[in-house]
Amino acid sequence: MVKQDSQLLKIEDLVLHFKVGKTGVVRAVDGVNFNLGFKEAVVVLGESGCGKTSLAKAILRLLPKNIEKYSGKVILNGVDTMAMDDETYRKEIRWVKMSMVPQAAMNSLNPVMKVGEQVAEPVVVHSGASKEDALKQARKMFAHVGVPDQFIDRYAFELSGGMRQRSAIAMALVTAPDLIILDEPTSALDVLTQANIFNVLKHIKNEMETSFILITHDIATSSELADKVAVMYAGQIVEVSDAERFFHEPLHPYAKKLMASVPKMRATVEPDFIVGQPPSLLDPPTGCRFAERCPRRFDLCKDEPPVEVKDGRTVKCWLYV
Amino acid sequence: MAKTKSNAISVVEEATPVETMNLHADKLLSIQDLHVWFELRKFGFGHAGYVHAVDGVNFDLAKGESIAVVGESGCGKSSLMKTILGINKPIKGRVVFNGKDISKMEPKDLKWYRSQVGYIQQDPYGAMPPFMDVTRILSEPMIINSKSTPEERDERIKKVLEEVKVFPIEDFLPKFPHMLSGGQQQRIVIARAMVLEPKLIVADEPVSMLDASVRVEILNLLRNLQEKYNLGVIYITHDLSTVRYFSRRIFVMYAGKVVEQAKVHDLLFNPSHPYTLALLAATSDPDAANAKVYKDIPTGEPPSLITPPPGCRFHPRCPRKIAGLCEVEVPPDFEINPEHKVACWLYK
Repeated sequence: MVKQDSQLLKIEDLVLHFKVGKTGVVRAVDGVNFNLGFKEAVVVLGESGCGKTSLAKAILRLLPKNIEKYSGKVILNGVDTMAMDDETYRKEIRWVKMSMVPQAAMNSLNPVMKVGEQVAEPVVVHSGASKEDALKQARKMFAHVGVPDQFIDRYAFELSGGMRQRSAIAMALVTAPDLIILDEPTSALDVLTQANIFNVLKHIKNEMETSFILITHDIATSSELADKVAVMYAGQIVEVSDAERFFHEPLHPYAKKLMASVPKMRATVEPDFIVGQPPSLLDPPTGCRFAERCPRRFDLCKDEPPVEVKDGRTVKCWLYV
Repeated sequence: MAKTKSNAISVVEEATPVETMNLHADKLLSIQDLHVWFELRKFGFGHAGYVHAVDGVNFDLAKGESIAVVGESGCGKSSLMKTILGINKPIKGRVVFNGKDISKMEPKDLKWYRSQVGYIQQDPYGAMPPFMDVTRILSEPMIINSKSTPEERDERIKKVLEEVKVFPIEDFLPKFPHMLSGGQQQRIVIARAMVLEPKLIVADEPVSMLDASVRVEILNLLRNLQEKYNLGVIYITHDLSTVRYFSRRIFVMYAGKVVEQAKVHDLLFNPSHPYTLALLAATSDPDAANAKVYKDIPTGEPPSLITPPPGCRFHPRCPRKIAGLCEVEVPPDFEINPEHKVACWLYK
């Protein structure tokens, strides 16, 4: 890969709105900005319904039909992919430069195809390699993610959950993309399997030239991979920070509350919880979207807060203006 | 290949008079040498072995005590729970509630038993019939298990909704499950478990499907209810970081057996079984330093419960295996202190 920019991925004012019913508009992704460096992992943290999966789909342009608005910039290694037409995007970007491990990936494998062939398929489709070469490549990826060689000829139902998850990761890796988006990669797995998968991801990050976007609601496990953390709330990114300082002390009140809600195994502090519910994305409030649940809200919060930069961390909150 | 059919089988043992069993005043539930096996069928009728889901589990639960059963999926914790609820029949061993063996109960007693045990399911949405509103969901247990007038039922429903803190109550009564958020759904499921005023609550991963910010709220609610009504609670989970918040003792299960049992504090700070150590190592607290190190945990998968490994069931994955012993003999429970037992040869 030739570096044509200082950042691998730049997302500028990305918007994805869905149509519902006759007049309703769900503002799932509502003006998202963040950057991702080379060989870096960013974690997108958020509760269910905050738009984090829609963000992944907007980045990879995997869109349903009921789109109301899709705009902004997704600049990958200096190239604005939003300017491409669908066919070029499919041929040159998706699964070539960016791939994805979807949510519940272990259940998304084709039940009537051997896993090895499934993992090899993107190579055949995208680089026109012969099936033998593709299978060879797949075998290499299986070794990377820790699936024993004999599993390559098996069907998905013959594999355990952890093995299926590893195969899905191998499938995303096989074309050697610059960026992999992982959507809740371990949420359906057991603790030991989960820890094993994170060991695999760390290994890939150290050995290969790959960046990650990890989408999750689980703060504790997200710290296993994060270089950078982006906190999402009601369709917007409210804080972006390096992992070191974020896990030490988050800035945004929502991030603070979220961090305080994590039960810790050996600490004696009582975990806290956030009163109320996130706003509806059909009709989000004007002003700060967290204001209604925020313990530190004041007069200014009725207006939309600006995005402020503090020592390289960005935070969208009136407290830091 | 053998076709799996999950019909629990029961084998009649030598008769034990129901009354003579340990009638301790403070003992609510006692599990004695419980084995739950599921028969595998070949072509629908031939016998093809058993799935040894629960293989010799013993414990007592005092009145108002709360315990946690921790283990990975497939370790038999749900089979154990279903046997306690009377859904599965044990092949060997007993579940004794208030001095009565539940597998020997008459239908009338079973009805009483079901009113004494509340069940909180893992997936609140899947646990509620989508075509029933909240009023109907909450009155159903009372219609089936108790003689009550509609007025009494309405009163009880209001009271129980107050207990689980859904306000305003009148707004919730006509709602259907899909109109509620995840946290509210789980509250209704808890209300349903509480509606018959049970003495024992079995909670199967009650918070694993909820968002982080709601999880703690639901755990607090459960703990308050437990303290207020002096309930026995069996909390089943795979998440060690939440057990501390309302359990006194932990039982760690692996492949159908309890491998370690201890008080919560003792288990978290002085874990003994290699499997418990692995579980603790795999559970992370949020810390940026996590990203820089690989986790030291055994690879591999839990064994098949159809042909469990001989000796200690953890030995194929165990980093501290004693050759010639662990793969031959089943380790008995060794006592570390009176309330801390571990089934591992390292503590011989």
